[in-house]
Amino acid sequence: MAVIDLANPTRFLTLVNRVLPWLIAATVALFAVGLYHAMNAPDDYQQGATVKIMFLHVPGAWLGMMGWGLMSVAALGTLVWRHPLADVAGKAAAPIGAAFTFICLVTGSLWGRPTWGTYWVWDARLTSVLVLFLLYLGVLALYWTAEDPGRGSRAAAVLTLVGAVNLPIIKFSVDWWNTLHQPASILRMGGAAIDPSILWPLLIMAVAFTFLFFTLHLAAMRNEILRRRVRSMRLMQARELAEASA
Amino acid sequence: MMNLGPHADFIVASYALTAFVIAALIAWIVLDYSAQRRILGDLEERGVTRRSQRKNGT
Repeated sequence: MAVIDLANPTRFLTLVNRVLPWLIAATVALFAVGLYHAMNAPDDYQQGATVKIMFLHVPGAWLGMMGWGLMSVAALGTLVWRHPLADVAGKAAAPIGAAFTFICLVTGSLWGRPTWGTYWVWDARLTSVLVLFLLYLGVLALYWTAEDPGRGSRAAAVLTLVGAVNLPIIKFSVDWWNTLHQPASILRMGGAAIDPSILWPLLIMAVAFTFLFFTLHLAAMRNEILRRRVRSMRLMQARELAEASA
Repeated sequence: MMNLGPHADFIVASYALTAFVIAALIAWIVLDYSAQRRILGDLEERGVTRRSQRKNGT
């Protein structure tokens, strides 16, 4: 089967039904291994056991940003090629990306109190991630409240592409401005600045969260395709009833 | 028993909240799937079909 064939919703549903059980099993296994290593990771010499919050906070941040990146590619597919599956992918990713960004913000706040002495500061990194979360809510509002789904999708795609400007701002905010949030310590020139005893559990947890994201995304895409079928069948039914009574 | 130190409350709250958010997300997706399947089943039972199904004669 060619990759382009998967862009057909019916074929895509067949693929999702085949792949989902394996993805679920892999996600559960990765979380079991990741959580075991996270719980047995040594305390940080400065932060003590609170470093365990990093195993949730960092994957949450990465996936919040990755979700928006995925939505941006889908938005291009919606606006340029008007492909229905691209719109399905964008709409399905929005609540999942919002949930991971929420996890990032709240766990960051809970990590900040014991390490910085405050739950929140309006520094560039924290503020730009809060803006990302608000953008997610804006896109969800457009998807969920638009009377005409097609118009709502196009508006959401435009907002997604405009909001993509925020991604490099989040990434480089710690370099461009003086922030309380620490600079990059994993994806940086010169390699990771974290001890391997903490870095490895973090990477395993990041892979587990990534699998969780894609598992939920595929399942949510399947729901969205079914929802569109329901809508199309109801429209057909209404049209037939109108024709019969005319 | 794992020793989480003086800030155990913050660590436990982080893990509990993350578990709650993920559980809510999973529950929403699973419930939505069964709802859509149920509605589709009802419509098909009433003989409503999509345009593509008619073209294929299924």
